[in-house]
Amino acid sequence: MRAVEKMQKADWPVIVSRITGIALLLAGVLLAAGLCTATPQANPVPNIFDSRSTPADSIRHLSFFVLSVTGLIFLVVFSLLAYAVVKFRARARDTEREPAQVYGSTQIELAWTIIPILIVVVLFLATARVIHAIQDAPKPTEAVDITAIGHQFWWEFRYPTLGVVTANELHIPVSDPAHPTPTFLKLLSADTDHSFWIPQLAGKTDLIPNRVNGTWLDPHETGLFLGQCAQYCGTQHAKMLLRVYVETPADFKTWVDAQQHPAMDDAKEAAGRRVFERTACLNCHAINGTNGNGRFGPDLTHLMSRKTIASGAADNTPQNLRLWVQNPDAIKPGSLMPAMQLGDADLDALVRYLETLQ
Amino acid sequence: MSSDAIAIRTAADTDRPWVSVLHEWVTTVDHKRLGVLYILYALFFLVVGGVEATLIRIQLMWPHNDFISPQVFNRLFTMHGTTMIFFVAMPILFGFANYLVPLMVGARDMAFPRLNAFSFWLTAFGGMLLYFSLLGGNGLYGAGNAPDVGWWAYAPLASRAFSPGNSSDYWTIALLASGFGSIATAINIIATIISMRCPGMTLGRMPLFAWMNLVMSGMVLLAISPLSAAQIMLLVDRYLGGHFFDTQAGGSATLWMHFFWIFGHPEVYVLIIPCFAFVSEIIPVFSRKPIFGYPVMVGATVCIAFVSMSVWAHHMFTIGMNSYANSFFTITTMAVGVPTGIKIFNWLGTMWGGKLLFRTPMLFCIGFLFQFLIAGLTGIMLSSSPFNWQLSGSYFVVAHFHYVIVGGILFALFGAFYYWYPKITGRMLNESLGKLHFWLFLIGFHLTFDLMHIPGLLGMPRRIYTYEPGRGWDTLNFLVTIGTFVQAMAILVFVANLITSYFRGAKAGNDPWDAWTLEWTVSSPPPAYNFASVPTVLSRRPLWDLKHPEDPDSRYE
Repeated sequence: MRAVEKMQKADWPVIVSRITGIALLLAGVLLAAGLCTATPQANPVPNIFDSRSTPADSIRHLSFFVLSVTGLIFLVVFSLLAYAVVKFRARARDTEREPAQVYGSTQIELAWTIIPILIVVVLFLATARVIHAIQDAPKPTEAVDITAIGHQFWWEFRYPTLGVVTANELHIPVSDPAHPTPTFLKLLSADTDHSFWIPQLAGKTDLIPNRVNGTWLDPHETGLFLGQCAQYCGTQHAKMLLRVYVETPADFKTWVDAQQHPAMDDAKEAAGRRVFERTACLNCHAINGTNGNGRFGPDLTHLMSRKTIASGAADNTPQNLRLWVQNPDAIKPGSLMPAMQLGDADLDALVRYLETLQ
Repeated sequence: MSSDAIAIRTAADTDRPWVSVLHEWVTTVDHKRLGVLYILYALFFLVVGGVEATLIRIQLMWPHNDFISPQVFNRLFTMHGTTMIFFVAMPILFGFANYLVPLMVGARDMAFPRLNAFSFWLTAFGGMLLYFSLLGGNGLYGAGNAPDVGWWAYAPLASRAFSPGNSSDYWTIALLASGFGSIATAINIIATIISMRCPGMTLGRMPLFAWMNLVMSGMVLLAISPLSAAQIMLLVDRYLGGHFFDTQAGGSATLWMHFFWIFGHPEVYVLIIPCFAFVSEIIPVFSRKPIFGYPVMVGATVCIAFVSMSVWAHHMFTIGMNSYANSFFTITTMAVGVPTGIKIFNWLGTMWGGKLLFRTPMLFCIGFLFQFLIAGLTGIMLSSSPFNWQLSGSYFVVAHFHYVIVGGILFALFGAFYYWYPKITGRMLNESLGKLHFWLFLIGFHLTFDLMHIPGLLGMPRRIYTYEPGRGWDTLNFLVTIGTFVQAMAILVFVANLITSYFRGAKAGNDPWDAWTLEWTVSSPPPAYNFASVPTVLSRRPLWDLKHPEDPDSRYE
């Protein structure tokens, strides 16, 4: 965890940039802050500068440094240009004479070649430190392992050491800086390219078929963090939303324990379960404890523990669930879930059964 | 020069039946007529691509808007990107190069006039094929329609498993055809500049316009070739059972990315370097001074061309390259900023101490300078790979590259239109309409693309047909769309100006701007043979020498 700790200490680019960077970002950050406070929910705006996790913090510090340097360049060159435009404009009283014909100057050319080279060297060194700190961070033994698999158009999350499988809503423990428990994600894709992006927790990393990628999160605050797929992956790229619940270790353990159980088997809803087991549902969906073990769609064992369905496209309410099974295009046109063509009785029984899957 | 001969010719033209005139235009091998064809063709597609952009923006005006379906939205942004890059920017820049390079180097035509015509018709065929997909193609869900795989068609989305039907094939073949046209034009421009310069025009006396188009053409050869190769490989995958990019059979998705971006990044410079060329001709004339640091400008251009060939993977910082690769592409990308900065400083040096005349061409060039500065600086931000992990694939990137393409390339192009329209048509564009066009477009541009950076910083990804309310994106997206409408009005003013000035504009004469390069020595429009007698030049500004025999440039160079 050495590299992670190193990034938490203040360093020189951070000191320079904390002061100037914020001022330069006036428009963006002020606006974002205003919008943050406008709604009561915890973190509705996935603002990259409102970081709550070690890698995102490192990027924020670096970005403030880069913004200060580029901001300074902007001010200098903008002023020179504006000065030239005002100062050297042709005036009515000017004579017909042409101005002095100047062809160039070696000294000036050298100056505006060497200074930018020095700036580039400084920017590069500051960047290289952060690349190394984030990409080459060692994985501590306490880290939580998760495999994230991108699908058209939803997220599959598997916790290989905990035996938990879920979809679209990721639960991870908060990481105490004294005893960090970061989350290390292995990123895979089942079909096309996707990109895993929760702006407040880390930069994005693509999920690419036939390729194993990785990223890590190290949140130091609990809460709900929003993101969504950031690489065009097909028709419903827009509704491939992502929710990350950062929980206290106790809450996380409670959640894991609940997820490790097989599905509820409420004898009262046996009719609905029969519908699930005897129609095409089980070709794509798994419910632990039934004979459904499809992996093309999300695992439904603990469907009701999730706040949303259809990868965040709708709230997880009985009405939405019914509509989703009956006509997915009404919620998410172009999603790969087919309309199930069930009769009303079967549909009601199925939805009642799904509602028991706590 | 021989304006009498021209007057006789044009009088004869008007009496001929239109079929014969049309026939002459279709079969022409004259570089000026082909240049005009390129420009008109590109203007048509500019309007088409602009309408697509407007539809996209209307859909994004409000969260959860259902103005158009996700399928249509995905086709629109694919067609918008492909159209604007391949069927607007490339042909319009080739059009200006075609028209002006022979005139500026004192030649009577391009080196290979018939190859030139072939290139244009190939490019035109490409654009028609792309839009024929609306009739002949099939989308992701079997609806006969346009391609919907994005303008870079990442594997495996463009493979048959995810893109059945023929829409992607129309995209592939359209780019392949126009790509061959571009390669042939590049060869033609290089041959013309190398071997057809008039007596006295050494490489060191060549106008910067010719230098920059020479460099651009060299880059076209290096950049379009891998794209064409990749398109052929994609066709092999789709029809001959190849597995280059077919990940389901062990192919590589990242291989396509490498192929595409080793074309895609140099392509940005293929588009912007001719715009540097416009600006490098226009700013000196309206500052009444020679370009500051001519040899440095040439060196910086060549330097950009070299360095830009080694930066492509900065489009791929998020694909999980190792830290060494990410560091390498960070430093090379930042390095491009140095020669690019040198150019901005040299234009500033040209204006410094001059007598700036704010005619419409100059206004657009000054707009270009400010906006290109900002585009360059947001480019530096994106080059810092950790920062890029947050910005890439977001609306920040969309704002950044539109700053380059609209704020840089399109502004310079408008400047070029106002500057050379008199030469091409013989009539001035209306100055009041020009100023109205400039200010409307400037306001619309900044309303749209300044604000567009912010949703990106707030986590809004690109290419989404709709977005969730309450994430701080709503108001910004609404204002961005309003900016689009203002830009559309400005384009209407521009088109109106182009049409009315053609019939009623003031007569231009040979040299309306009191300029210094060879195209201004001939009549407007120039005769078919350009120069009655081949000129001889002694300096970089032959007309300055002619107008100031007491103090010619040739004394200092």
